[in-house]
Order: sequence, then C-alpha cells, then structure tokens
Amino acid sequence: MSFWEYANPKKFMETSSWLLPWVAIGSLLCLVVGLIWGFFFTPDDFRQGSTVKIIYLHVPSALMAINAWLMMLVCSLIWIVRRHHVSALAARAAAPIGVTMTLIALATGALWGQPMWGTYWAWDPRLTSFLILFLFYLGYIALWEAIENSDTAADLTSVLCLVGSVFALLSRYAVNFWNQGLHQGASLSLDKEENVADVFYFPLLVCIAGFVLLFVALVLIRTRTEIRARRISALRARQRLNDTSPSATPKEA
Amino acid sequence: MTILSGVSFSVGGGEALILRAPNGAGKTTLLRCLAGLTPPVSGEIGFGFDDVAYAAHADGLKAQLSVAENLRFWAEVYGTRDIAPAVEAFSLSALMGRRAMHLSAGQKRRLSLARLLLTGRSLWALDEPTVSLDAEAVGWFAQAVTAHLEIGGAAIIATHIDLGLPSARVLELSQFRHDPDTTSGAFDEAFL
Amino acid sequence: MIALLRRDLALTLRSGGGFGLALAFFLILVVLIPFGVGPQSELLSRIAPGVLWVGALLACLLSLDRIFQLDFEDGSLDLLATSPLPLESLALLKALTHWLTTGLPLTVAAPFLGVFLSLPGEAVVWLVSSLALGTPALSLIGAFGAALTVGLKRGGLLISLLVLPLYVPTLIFGAECVRRGAEGLAASTPLLFVAGITAGCVAALPFATASALRVNLR
Repeated sequence: MSFWEYANPKKFMETSSWLLPWVAIGSLLCLVVGLIWGFFFTPDDFRQGSTVKIIYLHVPSALMAINAWLMMLVCSLIWIVRRHHVSALAARAAAPIGVTMTLIALATGALWGQPMWGTYWAWDPRLTSFLILFLFYLGYIALWEAIENSDTAADLTSVLCLVGSVFALLSRYAVNFWNQGLHQGASLSLDKEENVADVFYFPLLVCIAGFVLLFVALVLIRTRTEIRARRISALRARQRLNDTSPSATPKEA
Repeated sequence: MTILSGVSFSVGGGEALILRAPNGAGKTTLLRCLAGLTPPVSGEIGFGFDDVAYAAHADGLKAQLSVAENLRFWAEVYGTRDIAPAVEAFSLSALMGRRAMHLSAGQKRRLSLARLLLTGRSLWALDEPTVSLDAEAVGWFAQAVTAHLEIGGAAIIATHIDLGLPSARVLELSQFRHDPDTTSGAFDEAFL
Repeated sequence: MIALLRRDLALTLRSGGGFGLALAFFLILVVLIPFGVGPQSELLSRIAPGVLWVGALLACLLSLDRIFQLDFEDGSLDLLATSPLPLESLALLKALTHWLTTGLPLTVAAPFLGVFLSLPGEAVVWLVSSLALGTPALSLIGAFGAALTVGLKRGGLLISLLVLPLYVPTLIFGAECVRRGAEGLAASTPLLFVAGITAGCVAALPFATASALRVNLR
C-alpha cells in the first residue's frame, strides 16, 4: 500500500475518522499528566522560583510554532509536485494553529520575561524571530483568505510558503547578526552537557508529546472541515449546472 | 472545474474555424487553452503555443502611448520590422500620432486587431474580434483574415456575427458541454 | 526586452505618480521624523540610518501594486504572456523598471535627506552604496508580492502584509551597514550581505514571480 493513498480524500476521511479520537484522547492524557506533574510535583528552581514552570507551556508551543510552518512547507511541496488536494488543505488547516502556537509562545515568554528579565518584551534575536514568524503566518493566512478559487489559492500560497521559508531562515540569521541576545540557550538538545535537570525534563517531554498530539488532532479536525467545505461547494456547483443545463429538464418532468 | 468535454477539432493551413456557443458556454476558456494560458484539465493540444497569436476581449492597449508607439512596441516584441501592412490593413494611418486614450472603442479595436499582423504567427485565436467594429471595419477584418488564410495561416474565431468568410467551418460548442454526472478525475468530484 | 523596458518607463513618466510620488513620500516621512522625536541633532543622527532605510523601504512599497496590475486590467499581461518573451524575463524587467523609477531616485535623494537628520558625513558613502545594492532586492521581492496579488481587486494592502516580512533581512543588513558607517566601524560585512541578498533575489525570485503570474492568468 502506498503512502499516497491517503491523498485520496475519501481514504483520508475514513482513516482520519478512526484515528482522530485516539489522537485526541492521547493528547488530552499527555497534557493533563504532563501539566499536573510539571506544575505540582516538581521543585521550584533555585534561581527562577516557581516561574520556571511556564516552560511546560512555553517550550512545547514554541516547538510546535516552528514545526507547523515546517509541516506547511512539506505540504506545499507535495502540492506543487504531486498536486494532492488534501495536502494543500492540510497546509491551510495548519496555519491558524501555527499562528496560535506562536502567540502562546510569545505570550508565555512575555509573562515569564517580566519577573526574570524585568521586561515583557526585549528585542532579543529569538523573540524577534518569533515575531517575524508570526508576521509570515499572517501573510500566508491572509493570502489564503483573499483568493476565491481554491486551486489558485493553493498554488499561490505554496509559492509564498517556499519563498517565505527561505526569507524566514535568512531573517533568523540577520536578527542574530543585528543583536546578540539575552535569551538562554536551548532548553533541550541532545549533544549539550548542560541541560534542563531530569526532574523538569520528563514532565516537559510528556507536555511536548501532548502538544504534538494536540497539533495533529487539530490539523485533522480542520482538514476534515476543509474537505467537507469543498464537498459542499462541489455539490452546489453540480446543482447549479444541473439547474441550468437543458438536459436536466426532462429528468424532472 | 470542467466546463467543456469531448471537444475535438483540427484546423489546417488556410482554414478558418468559427466557434459558436451561447454566452458562458466556454468559448473564452477554450481559446485561452489554445493560447497556452489555461492548462486543460485533460486532453491534448497538438501544436506549439509559439504558433498562436491570441486576441482577447480586452484590447491590451496602453492609453498613454500613441497608436504608432503601441504598434511599434508589439512589433519589437515579436521581432517584426515593418508595421506598414498592419497600419494599412486597418487604415490607421490617420490616427498614428494620437494617444490610445483618445480613440473611440471601434478605433481601439482596430488597433488591437492590427497587432495580429505584427505577430507573424500562423494560428490566430480570436475572442469576439468584431465587438464595437462598424460594418466597414468588419470588412477590413474579414479581408485581413482572408489574406492570412491565403498565405497558409489558420484562424479560430469565436463570434456571433457572420464574418462573410465563405470557406469557414462552424463548430457548435454547446454540444460539448460538460455533463457533471459523468465523473472525471477532478478533485471536487472525487467526493461525490 | 528593451522594448518592454522603454514602454514601461514611458508609461511611468507619462502617467505621473511614478518617481514623483515615491520621492515626495520619502521627503515627507524624513521631514516628519524630527517633529515626532524632537530636534536634538545627536538623537537624530543616531536614528538617521534606520529612518532613511525604513523611509526608502516604505516609499518602495507605495508603487508595488502597479507593477502588474495595470497590464493585468487592460489585458496586455495576457498578450505579453503569449508573446515570445518568457514570463521570467518579464518579471525581471518589471522589477528593473520599478527599481529605475523608485529605488534609483530614492538612492540619489537619500544623502540630501540625510542632511535633515544630521547623518554623519562618513556614513553617506555607506548609505548610498547600501541603498544602491539593497533597493533592487526590494523591487524584486515587491514584484513577487505584486504577482501573488495581481488577480485581486484590492491587492494593495495585502501586498504590504506579504512583502514587509520578506523585507526584514534586507532592512536589517542595510540599516546596520549605515549605522556602522556612522559610528566609524567596519561596515563592509553587512554591505556584502545586502549584495548577497540582492544577488540571490535576482537569481531566484523571477522564477517564483513568473510561476505566480502563470497561476493568476489561468
């Protein structure tokens, strides 16, 4: 069986309808367990106090903000190369979720930054990059909304996504060049000695898993909605054609 | 969305084909397919788009440029030296210095049809070329088409009026209207 | 190709609005800044590099929606697309025309406007060279945005939303170059980055622009 079978909307609807509840339940479990574990059963950090606990929201949402864009990039490429409509619709479905994740990351970061750095906002490279990513999301969503023909919109937003990815990467480095930051290094990495302590680490992993599953569930729901919307407009179009075509008259009689 | 299906025709050198259909039946879409602007949902087009000269509803003139400048621009784009035959065919010589914004609708139409002679392309795909032309100008247009056919060119013309081209064949497009109940490979129909 | 360039330049000159508008906007913006932040010359000279770059960028933005829109509306874009001229060259030429009528005059005017903002003399050469190398990228990116929105009735606002995030790297490196020049630091590194962005845009963006045009002409 080929992976591309899921590009068939019928197959996608069938598969996603039984997959969706499991993903949703999994995400709910992970989030409840991870957040309760993180908020109530981990010690306060010796420097940051209880404010450190916001990382259970901040880090996963920031990760998903970037991963949602990556997913849109992959979907756009699939659409451009293989022209699978489900792929384009999934990219469209992911964008508002990505922008929400970016907002959550920015907002939780600001709330954490106030007690830690003494300010809600600083033009630190990481913060700035996220703000720029937010703008890219807005442009992408606005282009989808502005164009009526959905194939045209899918084509144009895919091109925008490709070009935008290059420029987003470029902005990331430009921003680093422009201002060396005060944001601490990555909280998670595989090759660094200095990492978040294990007590914080495991609940964080559970939260990240929860956010990944939440993202998948939301994308599935929204893609299903988009597919149903397309189906409605296809049915309406067929109805209109049948109403106007002369061959339809004898059938009704 | 599929509009026409099962359309099949061939036009040889020296032949003209008149497309007839009610409004909204897909004449413009078909011509844009032939010009290479709209890719067909399925099917084959058996000639290179580099042989097609397309003329649409819109005149494609620049209002701030004079008639001569408009013509010379297209002549340069298509690498044609001499604009005199085009000027003569649609008797534009008296208007050459006038800006296109000061032309009447019929004069604009003549100018935009004169462009076809500058393209040097063999297949003309014309969408309602005679709109706002008077009887005399329609005659010039018919002459230009006849001359084009005589040198081995071909023309596909969507029009409602009788152009007085005796050799032209007529193709009724309404018979090819796409029946939505027959499934095609289009995405929207995959759900139904 | 020369024919198209000549035609578009003639059109911009005859229809007005072309250079004049962008330059006037740039002038007004630069004149307004001291009213907003106060007349102290040391403050003005500190913000001058950024103000001049942002001003030039916004002035560029004004005429972006006209790059393809006029040709689209009167049908000449259809005719150009079916002509022997490849759409990629069309995209490049349109961006070049836009640069000649906005980016170039802005670059020439910028040092004079720098006087109003007490831009240090040693920064002028960096200002001119960074604008000369950076504004072509702004025009190319702008042409891409214009191609994306060419089929839309009210594309003007949307272009700004699409194009401004794409302008960020050029702006950062361009303004950084002038700032370093003003402070007497080595400014050639950001200038090279600006040149690199423009070179990359010249090489790649016309293809993206042409594919967007093709989609919009379908």
